[in-house]
Amino acid sequence: MYRQKYIFLLPGLLVLIAVILFPLIFTIRVSFSSWDVYNPGLNNAGGAMYARMWEDSRYWEALWRLSLLAVSTVLMQYVLGFGLALLVWREIAARRFFRVLFLVPMMTTPVVMSVIWRTIFHESLGPLNPILDALGIGAQPWLSQPGFAFAAVMIVEIWQWTPFMFLLLLAGLLSLPSEPFLAARVDGAGPIRTFLSVTFPMMGAISVGAILIRAIEASKIMETVYVLTSGGPGTSTETVSYYIYIRGMRDFQIGYSAALSLTYLIIMAVALTLIAKALVRLMVRGAQA
Amino acid sequence: MRTLYLALKYLAVTLWSAFVIFPFLWMLSTSFKTQNAVTGGATWLPWVQYEPSLAGWKALFGGAGGVNIVKPYVNSLVVTGSASVIALVLGTLAAYGLSRFTFRAGPIRNGDITFFFISQRIMPPIVLAIPFFLMLRWLGLLDSLPGLILVYVAALMPIAVWVMVDFFNTIPRALDEMAWMDGCTPVTTFCRVILPNVLPGLVVAGMFCLIFGWNDFFFAFTLTFTQAQLLPVSIVALNSSVTPWWSLSAAAIVSVAPLAVLAFVVERFLSRGGLAGAVR
Repeated sequence: MYRQKYIFLLPGLLVLIAVILFPLIFTIRVSFSSWDVYNPGLNNAGGAMYARMWEDSRYWEALWRLSLLAVSTVLMQYVLGFGLALLVWREIAARRFFRVLFLVPMMTTPVVMSVIWRTIFHESLGPLNPILDALGIGAQPWLSQPGFAFAAVMIVEIWQWTPFMFLLLLAGLLSLPSEPFLAARVDGAGPIRTFLSVTFPMMGAISVGAILIRAIEASKIMETVYVLTSGGPGTSTETVSYYIYIRGMRDFQIGYSAALSLTYLIIMAVALTLIAKALVRLMVRGAQA
Repeated sequence: MRTLYLALKYLAVTLWSAFVIFPFLWMLSTSFKTQNAVTGGATWLPWVQYEPSLAGWKALFGGAGGVNIVKPYVNSLVVTGSASVIALVLGTLAAYGLSRFTFRAGPIRNGDITFFFISQRIMPPIVLAIPFFLMLRWLGLLDSLPGLILVYVAALMPIAVWVMVDFFNTIPRALDEMAWMDGCTPVTTFCRVILPNVLPGLVVAGMFCLIFGWNDFFFAFTLTFTQAQLLPVSIVALNSSVTPWWSLSAAAIVSVAPLAVLAFVVERFLSRGGLAGAVR
């Protein structure tokens, strides 16, 4: 009767192996060829593509830029998402309305909203600059100056994904037991003291989970960039995924983009593992000690 | 002190609400504009600041200056719907297997298999895009709905496994064992006894599959040309140098509205504590 256990596992596992593992192994083989428009097909180029990658400063800059973008947006999403979750956790009028409203952006299609954001950031016809003007800040060169374009990508990412952080953290807050809060009140702890020594430590594990899920998604950022800025001005908002897309799908340098994407995958997997270990040490074990 | 605290609290909530609503109001307003109203600068109020027109909405069904989104819309519904259902079925079966039985192949144990499933979310889509392209071309499935469904099943299954393993682990094993003693096989146990108990989990997992499937752009973008175009791809195609903002906005509203409704469902789960299991 235990034979039947394979009926459960195998269909899903086989589909995943066929659709993901084989292409991945194929990519490893392709990365050792110089497959491009002029020489289509598998040949033996040794490590030539990896040597070329080593010299390719545009790739390493894109990697550095992605790290900066991912770390800064995820941190801001965490702080904002936690703040919002605390705000509508209890003791607020119409909290269910605000909870629904705060969740809506994560349900919307990122590329479609990015197209709308692009019209919002439009320098002469968009609605953002008139508002900034009215506030006395003045019109800004959104999307045409490197720093501002980077900020625009950050704003869109924060708008889109803070709700996801908010969802996980609010679900965590709502599942907390009430006794520690009663104890804190009996001891006469104020709101700040209660947050620091009761709420935050109990939210450690959930925080780590939420940050990691977002960090994984953020390490893949490219759609926002593609729609909002196309990596520009120049290459100032180009992320790794987008650069590989240009090399692979636009220039059709299949071999080179395979080498780039494998390196990207390995670097991201290692970086995320290290971040996970550091976060667990910092926020879960540290809080319990 | 208390009043100040409350005032700040409501101020913060109001500010964030404004930030969330801002793009939606803007696209609603823009969808009723014409070329003249758009090039005249940013305006918000119909009748007061500009003369509203239905041109943008008509363009969605093949009117001038837009794109017919009916076919991409149907394509998106078909691909997202069938891929979510298949991913949910395969993922739920696998999750149940991993939660109840011991699998062993050399050094590989249950935990490793579960990790293999879930770790697929780490994979950046670009890494798989080119092999997918070549694979679908070899299968003759490039620019076709079955090809897209295949790719989306693989992309969505990890989500289903991730959510369902946790839900199955919260259901006591004694329930399975009682069913076995009553003469059920594992398959009938699963269908008759366990499945009704994880309905909330199926709803959560199905919802996540729908959200991630409907909102994905990259695979649809790289693996289709004209025949099997999905909704996000056809909307982004409008985003050229001379963008028709009005029909773009109308298309955007039609595309994000169905899932925005899911926010209500998620909130209901949240308030009842139904998501706590999925988080831990």
